[in-house]
Amino acid sequence: MSVAAELPNLTPPDAIEAEPGSSLWLDAWHRLAKNRLALISAILLILLAGACFIGPLVVTNTYYEQNLALGATPPSARHWLGTDKLGRDQFVRILIGGRVSIMVALCATFVSLTIGVTWGAIAGFVGGKLDAVMMRIVDILYSLPFTIFVILLMVLFKDFEARFRWLEDYGIPFNLLLLFGAIGVVEWLTMARIVRGQVMSLRKQEFIEAAHALGLRRRRIIFRHMIPNILGPVIVYTTLTIPAVMLLEAFLSFLGLGVQPPMSSWGLLIKEGAEVMEEYPWLLLFPGGTLGLTLFALNFLGDGLRDALDVRASKD
Amino acid sequence: MNASPSSALLSVSNLRTSFYTRNGVVRAVNGVSFSLGKGETLGIVGESGSGKSVTCYSLMRLIPQPPGKIESGSALFDGIDLLTAPEELLRRIRGKRISMIFQDPMTSLNPYLRIEDQLIEPLLIHERMPRAEAVKRGIRALEEVGVPDAARRIRGYPHEFSGGMRQRVMIAMALITRPELLIADEPTTALDVTVQAQILELVKRLQQELGMAVIWITHDLGVVAGFCQRVLVMYAGRIVESASTERLFARPKHPYTRALQSSIPALQSKGAELYTIPGLPPDLSKPLPGCPFVPRCAFAEEHCKQPVELMEVEPSHHSACLRVQRGEIQL
Repeated sequence: MSVAAELPNLTPPDAIEAEPGSSLWLDAWHRLAKNRLALISAILLILLAGACFIGPLVVTNTYYEQNLALGATPPSARHWLGTDKLGRDQFVRILIGGRVSIMVALCATFVSLTIGVTWGAIAGFVGGKLDAVMMRIVDILYSLPFTIFVILLMVLFKDFEARFRWLEDYGIPFNLLLLFGAIGVVEWLTMARIVRGQVMSLRKQEFIEAAHALGLRRRRIIFRHMIPNILGPVIVYTTLTIPAVMLLEAFLSFLGLGVQPPMSSWGLLIKEGAEVMEEYPWLLLFPGGTLGLTLFALNFLGDGLRDALDVRASKD
Repeated sequence: MNASPSSALLSVSNLRTSFYTRNGVVRAVNGVSFSLGKGETLGIVGESGSGKSVTCYSLMRLIPQPPGKIESGSALFDGIDLLTAPEELLRRIRGKRISMIFQDPMTSLNPYLRIEDQLIEPLLIHERMPRAEAVKRGIRALEEVGVPDAARRIRGYPHEFSGGMRQRVMIAMALITRPELLIADEPTTALDVTVQAQILELVKRLQQELGMAVIWITHDLGVVAGFCQRVLVMYAGRIVESASTERLFARPKHPYTRALQSSIPALQSKGAELYTIPGLPPDLSKPLPGCPFVPRCAFAEEHCKQPVELMEVEPSHHSACLRVQRGEIQL
């Protein structure tokens, strides 16, 4: 019955506080949380990753234990996703393989987001001679034939293998380490080029000039004013990189350069499954389905992230 | 030493800025000298490509180098030569003691940052003010420039603001550190006429309140008349005339200024054909030895092709027209 209650509520006070975060990231998070598909995808990916890393420790079957007498069997109560030709449990092999694929993807994402974005942004922003030198380095690395490069790495670092043997207890064979090294060298190159191009066009924008005129340091201009503006293409390219490196790992494993049996990876499982798809279709279906599901989720999440970070598009 | 005016806030002498392009060296600013007192309002007028913007960008060292190059000259701001000062020293002057507002408010704000974050950035970096306090100052600054509902709007993004409102935000940002000098690079050009008038009034009011000096770059003589105490007229990278606003309008001392005035529609009687200056501005990569206006000048004589300097033709009224200097013509 108070006066305040009778006043028309033109500006609800909570509308002001609707988005309490002040940073771009917090805002983006609020918007992402409203995107159901992206949220489901994110949860799915977290569950999947959790299963891959914790699952094999819990389940009684192991990825290497063979049962030649059993051979390939369809899904059953004992082996949820069936067994392969050597009688190994497919479910655990997919989980173990997921570790490799996820690590490879994380490695590639990490280098392309850190080295790639920073490298490209600095080259594009500073320009001139520094840009020329930095981009020639990228060109040189680009021109290395990837396969030969990995073989070279394996030969060169063979002697170090013994030192890293302890890592195998944690499911990281030495070959995989080399694969990480190779991906680390190569996977940021395209990102650097993309970011450089974007930054070069941004550099001419008036708001960047205005930022200079305000007396901002270069580092602040790059990281605060430029990077948020190029997040769209960066995220899209990252979501494209992840499936690409997962397939790359499969390809290298196929050549005998990546993961070696009895260790598994999704790429390896798919390759093996494809060979016997007519007799034992579940051997292709399950790893293929898992990879497909992961890539779908990644794409939806990437899309959602891009929309969430685009201030203009997602504001109502 | 004592002869130099001690009240001068900024004194620019013999500034030359060139651009090294594929088609040759473009001498965009070719020997410009002027000075500006504390709290003084100076207009720089000229058509596109006359070097007025490049002059001011040179002062802030915002010329992209390369292709641009500041060839020579000095610009003393409170004893500091802006053209040779170390980058770090200059950075502390930019946005703190000298601020700038730009032509196009639609592109001068970062679309990805909230108004708040951009507005208070000068306070955070130049005055190391705590964020909460800076936000309060930011809200007050927005109220000062007439943004309604500032406490809420400060949390918005640039795309939620109209052009005029964005220019107000830019002005608030430029003035938030209480600079001694504001450089306004055609800040009303991209706005429609009623908004132009509002922005002009706003800057005028703030200039008087804060007592800062203003350099107002424009191609609109009307704007100059309403705002500036003194005017420089630039043509082809040089100053061709400099005088107090009243003198410049009452008794122009350069044919180019005369021609500019004649081409303002408002001053002409209704129905008469509007005067336009014949020809095009000169190609600055092929400088003429003498007066650059010769090819378009109604008063040009053969001897106008010899080199000419800006000279005082009447007390504090300078002209770079040889014929005016010799008293051959009255405009």
